[in-house]
Amino acid sequence: MNIVIIGCGKVGFTLAKRLLEENHDVTIIDNDAEHLQMAQSLDVQILVGNGTSFRTQQEAGVNHADILIAVTDKDEINLLSCLIARKAGNHCQTVARVRSPQYFQEIDYIRECMGISLIINPEYYSAIEMDHLIRVPSAMEVDTFAKGIVEILRMQIPEHSALDGMRVPDFSQMFQRQILVCIVERGKECLIPNGETVLHSGDELYVIMPPKMIRPFCEKAGLPFKPLKNVMIVGGSTISYYLARRLLRSGASVKIIEKNAERCEFLSEALPDATIIYGDASDHGMLLEEGLAQTDAFVALTNMDEENVFLSLYASKNSPNSKKITKNNRLDLNEIAVDLPVGSMVSPKNITAEYISRYVRSQLNNYSSDIEAVYRLAEDQVEALEFTIKEESQITGTPLAKLPLKRGILVCCIVRGRNIITPGGRDTLEKGDVVVIVTTHKNLNDIGDILATRKDVG
Amino acid sequence: MNYSMIRYILGSVMAIEGLFMLPPALVGLIYGENREAVMYLILAACVIGAGMLLRFRKPKVNTFYAREGFVAVASSWIVLSVIGALPFWIIGDIPRYVDALFEVISGFTTTGSSILADVEAMTHANLFWRSFSHWIGGMGVLVFILAILPMTGGSTINLMKAESPGPSVGKLVPRIQQTAVWLYGIYFVMTLIQIVLMLLGGMPVFDALCTAFGTAGTGGFGIKGDSIAGYSVYLQNVITIFMMLFGVNFSFYYYILIRRARDAFSMEEVRWYLVIYLAAVLLITVNLSWGSGIGTAPGNFQAAAFQVASVMTTTGFATVDFDLWPGFSRAIMVTVMFIGACAGSTGGGIKVSRILLYVRQVRIELQQQIHPRTVKVLKMDGKGADKGMIRSCNIFLMAYLLIFVGSVLVVSLDGFDLTTTFTAVVATINNIGPGLGAVGPTANFAAFSDLSKFVMMFDMLAGRLEIIPMLVLVSPLTWKK
Repeated sequence: MNIVIIGCGKVGFTLAKRLLEENHDVTIIDNDAEHLQMAQSLDVQILVGNGTSFRTQQEAGVNHADILIAVTDKDEINLLSCLIARKAGNHCQTVARVRSPQYFQEIDYIRECMGISLIINPEYYSAIEMDHLIRVPSAMEVDTFAKGIVEILRMQIPEHSALDGMRVPDFSQMFQRQILVCIVERGKECLIPNGETVLHSGDELYVIMPPKMIRPFCEKAGLPFKPLKNVMIVGGSTISYYLARRLLRSGASVKIIEKNAERCEFLSEALPDATIIYGDASDHGMLLEEGLAQTDAFVALTNMDEENVFLSLYASKNSPNSKKITKNNRLDLNEIAVDLPVGSMVSPKNITAEYISRYVRSQLNNYSSDIEAVYRLAEDQVEALEFTIKEESQITGTPLAKLPLKRGILVCCIVRGRNIITPGGRDTLEKGDVVVIVTTHKNLNDIGDILATRKDVG
Repeated sequence: MNYSMIRYILGSVMAIEGLFMLPPALVGLIYGENREAVMYLILAACVIGAGMLLRFRKPKVNTFYAREGFVAVASSWIVLSVIGALPFWIIGDIPRYVDALFEVISGFTTTGSSILADVEAMTHANLFWRSFSHWIGGMGVLVFILAILPMTGGSTINLMKAESPGPSVGKLVPRIQQTAVWLYGIYFVMTLIQIVLMLLGGMPVFDALCTAFGTAGTGGFGIKGDSIAGYSVYLQNVITIFMMLFGVNFSFYYYILIRRARDAFSMEEVRWYLVIYLAAVLLITVNLSWGSGIGTAPGNFQAAAFQVASVMTTTGFATVDFDLWPGFSRAIMVTVMFIGACAGSTGGGIKVSRILLYVRQVRIELQQQIHPRTVKVLKMDGKGADKGMIRSCNIFLMAYLLIFVGSVLVVSLDGFDLTTTFTAVVATINNIGPGLGAVGPTANFAAFSDLSKFVMMFDMLAGRLEIIPMLVLVSPLTWKK
C-alpha cells in the first residue's frame, strides 16, 4: 500500500520503519529537514514541506495514497492534515494522533464530522497498559485479546517456585488446560515451547489465560497477585492524568509529583481525589519524605527518558518490593536498561506504532478474517495476533492436527461465544471464532497465512 | 567496513557484466566472426561463473553505510573496467592492455575518448561492445542491479547516491528498486525510439544500434572514422535532439509520465540547460557566419546545434572538425564542456544545477557585501537549498579543480602544447571525448604516455562518479579500522 506519514518524530520514524518491514511504500513529510535526517537510512521517500499544505500533499502523491497518517506533535495540525487529505486524496484513509484530553473527550464527534478513519491517543493507551500492570503486579507486560476475555501476561518465574523444573504438559495439567505457555524467553533465546520444554527459575514466560485464572496461577507460581493500592507517580504529564483517573476509579490512592506549579494546579483541579505534590523528583530526599519506601507501585513518567530510568533505579534501591514502571521511548536506552532493575518499560511510541500498524493490516485484508490486534513480544522477535474468522475456508472445520501449519506458529486460544478453548490437536476453527496466534513470522495478514504454502515445505 | 556486502555487490556486478557480454557474441555470430563470438562466450561464462561464486554466500549483515556505498561503487567500476577491457585485448583489436583499459573506461564512463587510429578496422563484435559499454555506463550498472535484484535494507540508497550524477539523489517513488526500474524503463524506451527514428532515416541496423547506445549514454564512440559526419542531415538532427534529451534530468520525464507537466516545466535546471544551449548555438552561428565568413548561416546553425549538443551533454560525437573554428567559438565550446548536462541525466560535467548554485552563491555574497545585514536564502526550484547540499557542491568544485590542475601538470610532462594538454584533461574529466589540438574530433589519445593514460583513466572514473567515491576509495582514512 501507499502510505504517507506526516511528522518524522520518534513515532513517525518507528512507524515508517515498521510499515517498511511490512512491505508498504512510504513517503514521509516533515517541515524540518533535520528531523528527516534520521529517515535517510530507510528506503522511503522524504519530502521537506508543510504537511497541511495541499501542494505538499499533492507532491507526496496523496492522490494515489491509501492511507495518510498524521503524527506531528500538534493535534490541530494532525487533524487539519487529515481533513485536507480527505478532500485532496482519492479515497485516502486518514489516521491522526490526538493527545489532548480535552479533544479526546469529544473524539467521537470530531472523528465523525471530520471523516477521519482512526484517531489514536498514545497517552491514553499507555495509561491503560500501565493500569493493567498495576492491577496484575507480577506481570511485566499485559496484552488483552478478544475484548478482555483473555490476556497474554509476561511473568518471570521466581526463585524456589513450584514451576521450577516443570515440563510444559504438566504445567497445563496443573491448571486444567486453561493456561497455555506461548513463549519462553531464556536469556537472549526465545522459544515457542513444545511437549519437551522444561521451565526453570528465571525464565520469562508469556502465558495466555482468562483474567480469572491470574490469581490461581500466581499462587501456584509464588508470585504476588493483589492489586496495588498505593501508587506514586513522578511527572504530571497527560499519561499521568489518564493513569491517575483510572486508578482512582478503581479505589487506589494516588500521589503525583510534578515540578511545574501551574501544572500542579491543573492536576489538582482535574483530579480532586489525588494527592498532588509540588516538587522536583530529582531531589531524592523529597521522594523518601513522601513515602517512597512504603509505596506499592512507583511510576516514572517524566518527559526525560533517561531521568525515568534513573528514578526507577533509585526507587528499586529504596523500595525494593514495590512494582516499578518506567516510561521510555528510546529503543537504545531500552537495550541498556533491560538488565537493570527498572521494572516494566512502557513506550507510548511503540504503542502508537502497534495500533497504527494493526489498522493498516486490517485495511489490507479483504480476506476471510479480520485482524483485531497485533502485539510485538519478546523484543520484537515474536508477534501475537488476534483474528476474527468471518467465513468458511480451507482452514475451518479441519482438526488442527491435520492442518499443514507453518513452522513457528502456535494457535494459543480460541474464543467461541463466551467459551474459551485452549486448543489441542482435535479442536477445529469455525466461522465466528476469535483466534489468538503467536508466531515468529511477521507479515501475517490473514488467518489463512498460518498454513504452510508449497514454498515453505520445499 | 562490511566487506562481505561489498564482495556480494562485486559478485553481482560481475555476473551482470557477463550477461552484458552475450549481445556482442551474438553480433559476432551474425557477422561471421566466429572466433570472436566464441571468445566472448567463453569470457562471459567465466565472468558469470566467477560472479556467481562471489555471490554464493549471502552476507549475514546487510547494514551498509555511506562509506561502504562509495567503496562498493568505486571498486565496482574498476572491476567492471578491468574485465571489460579483456575482449579488446584478447581478440587483438587493441594489442596493449593499457590501451584496451583506457578504451573501455572511456566507454563505461561515457567519455568517448579513443586511442584507436582506425575505428573501422575493428571487428564488429568489439565495435558493438565498445558502444554498448556506453549504454551500460550511462545509467550505471549498480542502478541496473538495484532495479533487477531485490536488495533488502534501506541503506542501498547509498549505492544510488554514489553512482547517480548530481548534487542530490531525487527518488522518483518511495522505493529505491521502483525508482531504478523507472529510470531504466525511461532510458530503455527512449533508446528504442531513437533506434526506430534512425532506422526510418535509412541507417543500417548495426550503425543505428551503436549510435543510439553512444547517444543514450552520452558517450560518443563513433563506429566510423569521421564519427557522424558521413550520415544524412536528418540522422544528424535526430542525434542532436536525442543527445539533448538524454542530457535532461530524468525526473523531468517521470513528471511528464505521471501527468505533472507543470512540475516538469518548472524545473529550473532544465530551463537553464536549454537557455545556455541556445545561447551557445546562436553565438557560434553568428561567429562562424559573420565573424569569420565560414559557410552559410543555416548550415552553420545546424553544425553548431550538433556540436554544442554533443559537447554540452558530454557525448562527443562530431560532424565537423570544430578545432578549425575561430577562437571565440572554440572558447565557447570549452566553456560548455565544463558546464555539462543536467543532474540526474546520463551526461557528465559539473552539471547545470551546480553552476546555478555557484552563480547564486556569488550573487548572494555580493548582496551581503553591499548590505551587510541582509538575510538572503539561496533558493533552488523555489525552495530554500539545503546547507549540507551547498557545502558538498562547493567541496565538489574544489576537489574537481585540484584533480584537474594536478592532472594537467602530470599530462604536460608528455610535451604536448598547452591546448592539447588542457583540453585532453577537460575532455576526460568531464566525460566528453574529443578536445582541441592534437586530441581534436579527428584525432585520438594514442600518443600519450602510459602515465598520462592512467591519470586520464582516473579522471574519467572520477568525473563519472563525481569525484568523491574515487577519493574515498583511495583515501587511507577509509581503510582504517
